[in-house]
Amino acid sequence: MSQLDPSSSAPVEDSPATAQAPPPVPVAATTAAKTEGVSVLREIVAGSGLVSLLAVVAALVLGGLLIASTDRQVGRTLGYFLARPTDFFQALWTAGTSSYVALFQGAVFNPRQGFAPLLETLTVATPLICAGLGVALAFRAGLFNIGAQGQIIIGGTLAAYAGFAWHLPFGLHLLLVLVLGIVGGALWGGLVGYLKARTGAHEVILTIMFNYVALYLVDFLLNTSAFQRPGETNPISPRLDETAVFPSLTGSRLHLGFVVAIALTVAVWWILSRSTVGFEFRAVGANPSAARTAGVDVGRSTILVMALAGALAGAAGVAQVAGTEKVLTTGVAASYGFDAITVALLGRSSPWGTFAAGLLFGAFRAGAVQMQIQTGTPIDIVLVVQSLIVLFIAAPPLIRSLFGFGRRAKRRGPRARHAQGTTAGGAA
Amino acid sequence: MSATAAPAVSAPAISPGAPVGWKVPATLSVLAVVALVVFGFLGSAQTAEFGISASGDAFALPALRVPGMATSIVLGVLMAGLAAWSVWLKLQGRRTPGWAGPVFAVMFVFSFLVWVVASARTPSISLAGLIAGAVTLAVPLVFGSLSGVLCERSGVVNIAIEGQLLGGAFTAAIVASVTRSPALGLVAAAVAGALVSMVLAVFSIRYLVNQIIVGVVLNVLVSGLTGFLFTTVMQEDPELFNSPGRLPILEIPVLSAIPILGPILFKQSVVGYLMYIAVAVVWLGLFKTRWGLRLRAVGEHPKAADTLGIRVNATRFWNVTLGGAIAGIGGSFFTLVAIDSFTKEISGGRGFIALAALIFGRWNPIGAFFAALLFGFADNLQAILTIIGTPVPSQFMAMMPYLVTVFAVAGLVGRSRPPAAEGIPYVKG
Amino acid sequence: MAHKENGGVVKLELQGISKAFGSFYANQDIDLTVEERQIHCLLGENGAGKSTLMNVLYGLYEPTSGRILVDGRPVRFAGPGDAMAAGIGMVHQHFMLVPVFTVAENVALGAEATRGAGLLDLDVTRTRIREISARYGFDVDPDALVEDLPVGVQQRVEIIKALVREAKVLILDEPTAVLTPQETDELLDIMRQLRASGTSIVFISHKLREVKAVSDVITVIRRGKVVGDAAPGASPSELAAMMVGRPVSLSLDKAPAAPGETTFEVTGLTVTAPNGTRAVDGLSFAIARGEILAVAGVQGNGQTELTEAILGLQEHVSGSVRLEGQELLGRSVKEVLRAGVGFVPEDRTVDGLVGPLSVAENLVLDLYDREPYARGIGMRPAEVRANASQRVEEFDIRTPSPEAAAGTLSGGNQQKVVMARALSRPLKLFIASQPTRGVDVGSVEFLHRRIVAERDGGTPVLIVSTELDEVLELADRIAVLYKGRLVGIVPAGTPRDVLGLMMAGVTPPKAETDAEAAAEHAAEAAAADAAQAEESPRPTRDSEGGTL
Repeated sequence: MSQLDPSSSAPVEDSPATAQAPPPVPVAATTAAKTEGVSVLREIVAGSGLVSLLAVVAALVLGGLLIASTDRQVGRTLGYFLARPTDFFQALWTAGTSSYVALFQGAVFNPRQGFAPLLETLTVATPLICAGLGVALAFRAGLFNIGAQGQIIIGGTLAAYAGFAWHLPFGLHLLLVLVLGIVGGALWGGLVGYLKARTGAHEVILTIMFNYVALYLVDFLLNTSAFQRPGETNPISPRLDETAVFPSLTGSRLHLGFVVAIALTVAVWWILSRSTVGFEFRAVGANPSAARTAGVDVGRSTILVMALAGALAGAAGVAQVAGTEKVLTTGVAASYGFDAITVALLGRSSPWGTFAAGLLFGAFRAGAVQMQIQTGTPIDIVLVVQSLIVLFIAAPPLIRSLFGFGRRAKRRGPRARHAQGTTAGGAA
Repeated sequence: MSATAAPAVSAPAISPGAPVGWKVPATLSVLAVVALVVFGFLGSAQTAEFGISASGDAFALPALRVPGMATSIVLGVLMAGLAAWSVWLKLQGRRTPGWAGPVFAVMFVFSFLVWVVASARTPSISLAGLIAGAVTLAVPLVFGSLSGVLCERSGVVNIAIEGQLLGGAFTAAIVASVTRSPALGLVAAAVAGALVSMVLAVFSIRYLVNQIIVGVVLNVLVSGLTGFLFTTVMQEDPELFNSPGRLPILEIPVLSAIPILGPILFKQSVVGYLMYIAVAVVWLGLFKTRWGLRLRAVGEHPKAADTLGIRVNATRFWNVTLGGAIAGIGGSFFTLVAIDSFTKEISGGRGFIALAALIFGRWNPIGAFFAALLFGFADNLQAILTIIGTPVPSQFMAMMPYLVTVFAVAGLVGRSRPPAAEGIPYVKG
Repeated sequence: MAHKENGGVVKLELQGISKAFGSFYANQDIDLTVEERQIHCLLGENGAGKSTLMNVLYGLYEPTSGRILVDGRPVRFAGPGDAMAAGIGMVHQHFMLVPVFTVAENVALGAEATRGAGLLDLDVTRTRIREISARYGFDVDPDALVEDLPVGVQQRVEIIKALVREAKVLILDEPTAVLTPQETDELLDIMRQLRASGTSIVFISHKLREVKAVSDVITVIRRGKVVGDAAPGASPSELAAMMVGRPVSLSLDKAPAAPGETTFEVTGLTVTAPNGTRAVDGLSFAIARGEILAVAGVQGNGQTELTEAILGLQEHVSGSVRLEGQELLGRSVKEVLRAGVGFVPEDRTVDGLVGPLSVAENLVLDLYDREPYARGIGMRPAEVRANASQRVEEFDIRTPSPEAAAGTLSGGNQQKVVMARALSRPLKLFIASQPTRGVDVGSVEFLHRRIVAERDGGTPVLIVSTELDEVLELADRIAVLYKGRLVGIVPAGTPRDVLGLMMAGVTPPKAETDAEAAAEHAAEAAAADAAQAEESPRPTRDSEGGTL
């Protein structure tokens, strides 16, 4: 660009407000922090697809090594490694790959069942996609929604109550269950948005705390007569009415909720790229003070986006209680709320990216069950792989150096990258 | 709004201090009414008994017996008076003095205790046991929040306390089991916590990855890793890999027999004593030494520190690492003191309560210590109340730390001001 | 590494210094020699590369090429620590002070005296601060919290920091930007005093008068390169031409104002800051159609709060702000904008632009949810694009495409985007804060002409600028703010030194007091109205304004 105009790319020179300027008041400090966080988010959103792919590969390889490292055969062959190293490598390869083969067979295709496992993948992916969309939407508005877990719980609780306590005709009942679940999530998320907008409290802290409050709340409710299944001492609700659950697709565990997830993905895409509220979210997410100055009601926007994020997580809760589980327990959210964060990050906070990431992590989850049965590899390996993927994706220079490309970019290091980001953002 | 206003000229000093708000008077009034009505008028008339001396004490003090309803009504009236005074001050345009809050809080908690004990099936609890248990439960919280203090004061958000505790707990168990030395387990726990912290530091400082993301993901990673190794290693041979043995309780003669204070100060495991030492050392270090001055400087205004030749990122890196080591020691409490084996997710979300304690304690080691004690107290009270059978569902007691933190960050319980540069990676230029 | 021979003074040379950020060269092949006991001025426009050069010299940046010599010996500064050890100190434009630390803690930081075991010994520092304060006549309390100190004092703390470290060469980066003319004079005196006691000074500035007043040597920098040296005796227009690269007229051609009826009135406006002080204290003034009122004052005297209060961005505001009879206070920002107020905020990167959004999106940032850019809650991208191409053309915004992220544009072009957005609809009031801060000279002229054109179109215009030159150039009347109060409103021709005194809070005998000002102005305006009524009324844009 205009090389001649020095003010174009000298982030240092005479610029009256850089992030380094001494923040005089806490308000300015939070603004600076927020803007900074946002610029990092932007980086994640804007990274390349290749890096995502390599991150998945790197994480799988590391996960494979971890599996192999605890494998007996590998240990035994290591004992005579110097004598016959090939044995060791063979064992290593077998240990690592056999788990993944089992995982693939449990998630996508195996000779016995054909593509039936894929349906299970889609089933597991449904709540991941819904909740992931909630996290992604909030990310785009510059908010860290760590609270999908609690939003799923509250959404699922309301939905389940409508599902087992009321008895209504088919269609209407399911619709009501869906609406209540979404409203429950929206309230739980919107409450965080409200507190943030009114008091400036950080949404990360609020959502973490609200997750626990939701957990204890549902635990309490499931011990009351209104929620507890008659004759049960465990905290578990009655089964939802047949009229209140998503109809099964293709006779498997896969249910209509997956179609809802697709519809929600389209909806989030439309909101973000084609609607005025989406414009507000993106403006507020990238530079709240500029948005405020241009007349955007940042507080309203914060409440709205958190409510929408909560609504999406609430839909995930509905997918659980009215689709997969058909009852309410304290484990209604499993770890979907936390997985949703990694899903949104892997999907770079774009609706379709999140959808794809949800499918991938759904496959991991579904396949891991089969893997544990076949090879004895614990499901926990999925957590390891998932978190490694996100770490790698968040640090493209690390991936580049791992795979030995983009050396120049690496030598210039993150500083150069950041400097560019700063100039580009103009707000860091 | 912007940083342009940076060297904020101290504008005309017309009225010093912020405008007097309704927040304090309103909060006090609502709480006073709740206390008076619920604890007082709707309370039980039974006599509540608080045991003070434990069996091993040097001298026995009689138990405290108070009539339930009457005591709560008296306390409620006092609280209402305090609230009314606060409202009156507000109407005069004056501020409620700082001591009013804590005094009110103490009365409220005592009123609550009297109510809840008096309404129980067996209206008697041991105050000594309650407090000693609170301290025990607070140990990992204190270590965790000290880790948070060091990280966040140096400018790195630490959401990974949970992972540090869990990593410490796991490593302590496995190393102590294999070496048959709980002491080595303790050291290994510190190393493990430091390693978790180093990942946090490398990703947030070297790769400029958002610190909240790294923290969240690290918790998942540690949870997955320890869960995986628990199943594949520990459960394969628990005798060899998951029987760490316990750190002994070191009782200091005579002193440990003092009622109430004795057990909590002089009858602890190494980890318990280390907790007191750590709080003191971190506080002293933070505010009275060169190390602390530099640490706080890079957390408040890293560029200023840089212009004075302080290596900002190195300072951050090592303090984050140190924080991790401290949290790791806290994690060893689970497997070397509380029980003598590791199970999945043994830290059970206490890392997040430690985070809450850190914020409630306003990023100050001593504040965090007392906040952790309060949360430990709530935790222990919940357990005791379940036993004596009270009308309060245990889930609501369990929620307390989280709700208190929400109130704290929302500014209803004082203003928390985090370090100014917290969460912002430092990049030259 | 400290060089103490030569009576502790140091000669400093920069040879062929270049500093690149990516493909952009902020400094190119710069040679500079700072002799002992001299005040050496670096003169250049905003963005010319002065600060970058000094950050290289101070060890904050590593030069891409070139070398630094201290007393003839080449040195390499890996960080500021090395530079300080070599006797170089720097007072940054944005103070490098930790706000929540005391003066003593700030001064001690990085060079702490300890009692062993790392325990701080701040008494040593306190003593040093008192010594230096006494020598130079500073009044600095070592135990005051920095965030409680006025800027002028904070600057002295910065100077003390350098002196405690025995700086032999002191770099002052735009030190007068935050000072009143009187404070500036005091600083210049301090600089002379420092020179007398053996400290060389590198003085970075773009203000010709100060430079001429204090320099021994002037080096002019333009677009990252040294243009040449000049003597302090050179004429301002010579210096300006060197700085800009072509002859510049230091004044703007503008017709005298033809004020119409007074449509904008501020009465008793008070803004209470979060710390309880009054950032704006009982301001009253009025602006007529076709008139520019410029607010002068040193940064941080309530200007930001004033404009933000009018726009609805401030809390705790009392008083009254009326535009064409409508009260603006208590309305949301959106309502105020929709009432016909155009606003250019003082800091475009913070409050003006959403950097990652496209130029096109930034151009509708205030109208995105209105026809024609939206229908219902759906946006109409085609309309947004069409508007963008029109504005880009009209305001000569140099951008690769309207879809480019606004943050990638140069400062001047970013400012044009903000200005274009504010001026792209009929206005009843135009407010511009620091309209040309950090903007290249070419864009300054353009932006100034647009502002005057808006005035000539019959809009009341409120300009806020801390650059006295800009105020003098644009204003039809000048209001001076000091500590949130209106010192007075004076006519455009008021001499600089009178304004300078006013900026320090001194009410000149002639100036109107607040109340008088308002009353007198109302009378004037009434008279003007009457006069106007007789002549053919100037077409105003009232009718168009009604569509908003």
